[in-house]
Amino acid sequence: MKPFLEVKNLSVSFPTQDGLVKASNDISFSVARGETLAVVGESGSGKSVTTLAVMGLHNRNAANISGQAILNLETGPVDTISANPEVVRKLRGKSMAMIFQDPMSALHPYYSIGDQIAEAWGLYNEGSKADGLKRAVEMLDLVGIPGASKRVKEFPHQFSGGMRQRVMIAMALVNNPSLLIADEPTTALDVTVQSQILKLLKDMQEEFNMAVILITHDLGVVAEVADRACVMYAGKIVEQSAIDDIYYMPDHPYTIGLLNSIPRVDQLEGKRLQAIPGQPPSLISLPRGCSFRSRCTYSELVPNNKCATDVPNLDEKISGHFSRCHLTEAQLVKARSSAGGQA
Amino acid sequence: MTEPILKLEGLKKHFESTSGGIFNKKKGTVKAVDGIDLEILPGETVGLVGESGCGKTTAGRTVLKLYEPTEGKIIFQGQDITKLSRRQMKPLRAQMQMIFQDPFASLNPRQTVGTLIGATFDIQGIKPLGGVKQEVERLMERVGLNPEHVNRYPHEFSGGQRQRIGVARAIALKPKLIVADEPVSALDVSIQAQVVNLLDDLQEEFGLAYLFVAHDLSVVQHISDRVVVMYLGKVMEQADKKDLFLSPRHPYTKALLSAVPVPDPIKGRSRERIILSGDLPSPMNPPAGCVFNTRCWKVQDKCRVEVPALLQIAPNHRLACHFPEPAA
Amino acid sequence: MFKFIAKRLTATVLVVTLVSMSVFLIFAFLPMDPARLTCGKGCSVPVIEANRHRLGLDVPVQVQYGRFIKGLFLGREYGDGAAKIECSAPAFGYSFNKHECVTTLIKSALPVTFSLAIGAFILWLSLGISLGVLAARRQGKWQDRASTVFVLVGISLPTFISGILIYLVALRLNLINPIEAGRWVSPFTNPIGWVKNFYLPWIVLALAFAATYTRFTRSNVIETSSEDYIRTARAKGLSEKVILRKHTLRAALAPIVTIAGLDFAGLLGGAIITEQIFNLPGLGRLSLRAVLIDYDLPVIVSTTILAATFVVVMNLVVDILYAYIDPRVRVG
Repeated sequence: MKPFLEVKNLSVSFPTQDGLVKASNDISFSVARGETLAVVGESGSGKSVTTLAVMGLHNRNAANISGQAILNLETGPVDTISANPEVVRKLRGKSMAMIFQDPMSALHPYYSIGDQIAEAWGLYNEGSKADGLKRAVEMLDLVGIPGASKRVKEFPHQFSGGMRQRVMIAMALVNNPSLLIADEPTTALDVTVQSQILKLLKDMQEEFNMAVILITHDLGVVAEVADRACVMYAGKIVEQSAIDDIYYMPDHPYTIGLLNSIPRVDQLEGKRLQAIPGQPPSLISLPRGCSFRSRCTYSELVPNNKCATDVPNLDEKISGHFSRCHLTEAQLVKARSSAGGQA
Repeated sequence: MTEPILKLEGLKKHFESTSGGIFNKKKGTVKAVDGIDLEILPGETVGLVGESGCGKTTAGRTVLKLYEPTEGKIIFQGQDITKLSRRQMKPLRAQMQMIFQDPFASLNPRQTVGTLIGATFDIQGIKPLGGVKQEVERLMERVGLNPEHVNRYPHEFSGGQRQRIGVARAIALKPKLIVADEPVSALDVSIQAQVVNLLDDLQEEFGLAYLFVAHDLSVVQHISDRVVVMYLGKVMEQADKKDLFLSPRHPYTKALLSAVPVPDPIKGRSRERIILSGDLPSPMNPPAGCVFNTRCWKVQDKCRVEVPALLQIAPNHRLACHFPEPAA
Repeated sequence: MFKFIAKRLTATVLVVTLVSMSVFLIFAFLPMDPARLTCGKGCSVPVIEANRHRLGLDVPVQVQYGRFIKGLFLGREYGDGAAKIECSAPAFGYSFNKHECVTTLIKSALPVTFSLAIGAFILWLSLGISLGVLAARRQGKWQDRASTVFVLVGISLPTFISGILIYLVALRLNLINPIEAGRWVSPFTNPIGWVKNFYLPWIVLALAFAATYTRFTRSNVIETSSEDYIRTARAKGLSEKVILRKHTLRAALAPIVTIAGLDFAGLLGGAIITEQIFNLPGLGRLSLRAVLIDYDLPVIVSTTILAATFVVVMNLVVDILYAYIDPRVRVG
């Protein structure tokens, strides 16, 4: 059974006045139904840009996109990058859906939420407006909004942040998509609401047997919900593996550094945080060689100054575990233990 | 017994919400902060946590008298500053400073870094030895910025660097207390650690006391000595950091802690998660009795009627709950 | 929603009352004697006093106002005995200058002004909005730049210049017969004649207003297009056409409702310059004449109050419309 989404060598760049912004380079991953893939990275890592390309939401006049994003539909595979935009449009909201970070601004303020959900339903289903509203009430019930039949006529500003995100989820799932991309869905929410929403997403995934891509910068959230993870930095995937491997055997200095720099509620020893020095590079003028080199504590271990001259490939260091680093597996194991932390 | 640098007694800040228009009728009161007691000893960090609408940001600002308190007392360095006027507050402001959340909005985009930091000296009429310019450059270096950038504008810096500018501005006059309002929430994860470490170092070097207002429990845990948990304007629980995180006694604290995702998949899978039902009530219409009763899984009739007092249940551990959780 | 409307309605009535009182007071305390102005130089004191009595100016201000209000609802009589003049409701006053009830004068001027306003309104809205949308969607391209030029010209060119220019050009091209022009024909009896009378002044007014609306629409559409909810609409699979029509435009044009309504209301008070140039006997020309030439106080007072009332009422209409469009406004 092929995974529902296969992304192969996807690259997105934006020509600007200051130069070519290489937002994401050579991205490859796949997601199967029932599986959650986390795309982890900080701002500027390219995580959103990549998934927007999969959805076909970039303005093709402003972005150069190459590579493939193949949806293995029942009717056959469709590459959203090269397919006709109209074909891709008809997949949006039907086979693949996306929810965004800020539910406050992601819903149209002038239309009732029932209307907005019914609009999504009516695109792909025959029926009257009343049918659409009925379906909207069903969806609102499903995502746990109390008093759905009354609230369906209300407007976005009458809902709290958590409720709005539930509405967004209801709207995204109304046509039973096979792929759900959630772009920082809980970042703007309180932590108690966050756990409600994450649980809802998990339940919905089971209900609809969806492939889920979760984009986030929160390593705690990733650990809770993901099956596999891709860590992105400066537009490239730097590490990719099953979830436990990322946390217990991180195979990239960036991941190692990140895991050791975040404070945790379950670690009360008060050790000083090991911050990663420096800043992410500019995507217009990426340095030669490895993009992480200027912040990496281990680059001297690599002979011939390779980190400064050669861009490392995404190698499979151990089975199923990929890392874009010139260090050998043995060196990485040493690096992990010297960094301390849980790694 | 050291004198606390800051003491809050029954501090309240209520906002009147009016209907606007010609008659401007009172529509209701938002009880943003509804009675908090707090003490901060010199050189100590007290973390003030809670979710949106709990009143922590308002509390932080009221402490510095950016808002006038509605009720209660603020005692700073042994002096009751609650009723002081703006003019009377001015000389004290050198001793109490604030670091803001949004590194983009809290700096005037039309002023250079040098002006932004140097303004503190001008406002207080203090002339540092060697001149303002030298001191500004020294401060920039201390917070990890390149002093050669003193004539650059905020938009030429990254988010983390801008936050460092905010820190430099706050420590310029060597204050005794800094209220940090979500200082790292808007920063990238890898930069957060840098700024947190900076704040730690500065605290050691200058003996600063911090009131650290945040919603991120992980950061609060790392930096605080004691933690105060707020909900809808009231204090739910208050304890030494270790006690609070290892043995939370208030149902809300427990729920809050269980909701924080931990970067550890195995732990995450096996954890008992308490998922709170319902929505946060409106601060304009807080529930009667214990403000948490509408979402508490242990709620009983008493909770809906009687407001629980903040009582001491262990050394340095105070709680406002009729039916506390057992100690761990 | 009903509560909202009721509240606004009450407020409107209040404001209209206050406006009429203020206008009345202003004119009552002007250093000009209206009775004196009712007849020319050869006036004798007894005649002036008689006129003062007939105009009802020999009573205190509040009584005058009271009579004015009564006259609005019940009609009014001026003077007594043989020289009695009756003006039926709504009686705005009596113009000695023209020997007419002001109401009659207004009744004949209003359709002209209304025709002028409504035609120009429709024209400038369609022109301004479509140009603005075009410029927004072709941002940076020649359509956008052309619209910028249009906006600049439209905003900078005052109506008295564009009006005269167009009039002269039309004269040259024999499009206007200066003698016939401006004579009112009803659109119901002679639609073509009606249009012929108005199409040029419509163009003049539309040019001036359309420019502002183009600029406004353009920037609103650009701003709305980058809103998150537009991205959501796209993610749902909606076509660009539907997104523009249902999502972008509705949000972008909502603020225009307010402005358009008030601009229209302003025009209802009389497009003074345009009416003068094209010789249209509307409210604008009526009030202009009354101020500059005749010093006809009753007319001035009435047209002022009328113009102000139009604006206040339109304000109410616009508020209700806006609340219908934007549900967030409906609170209170």
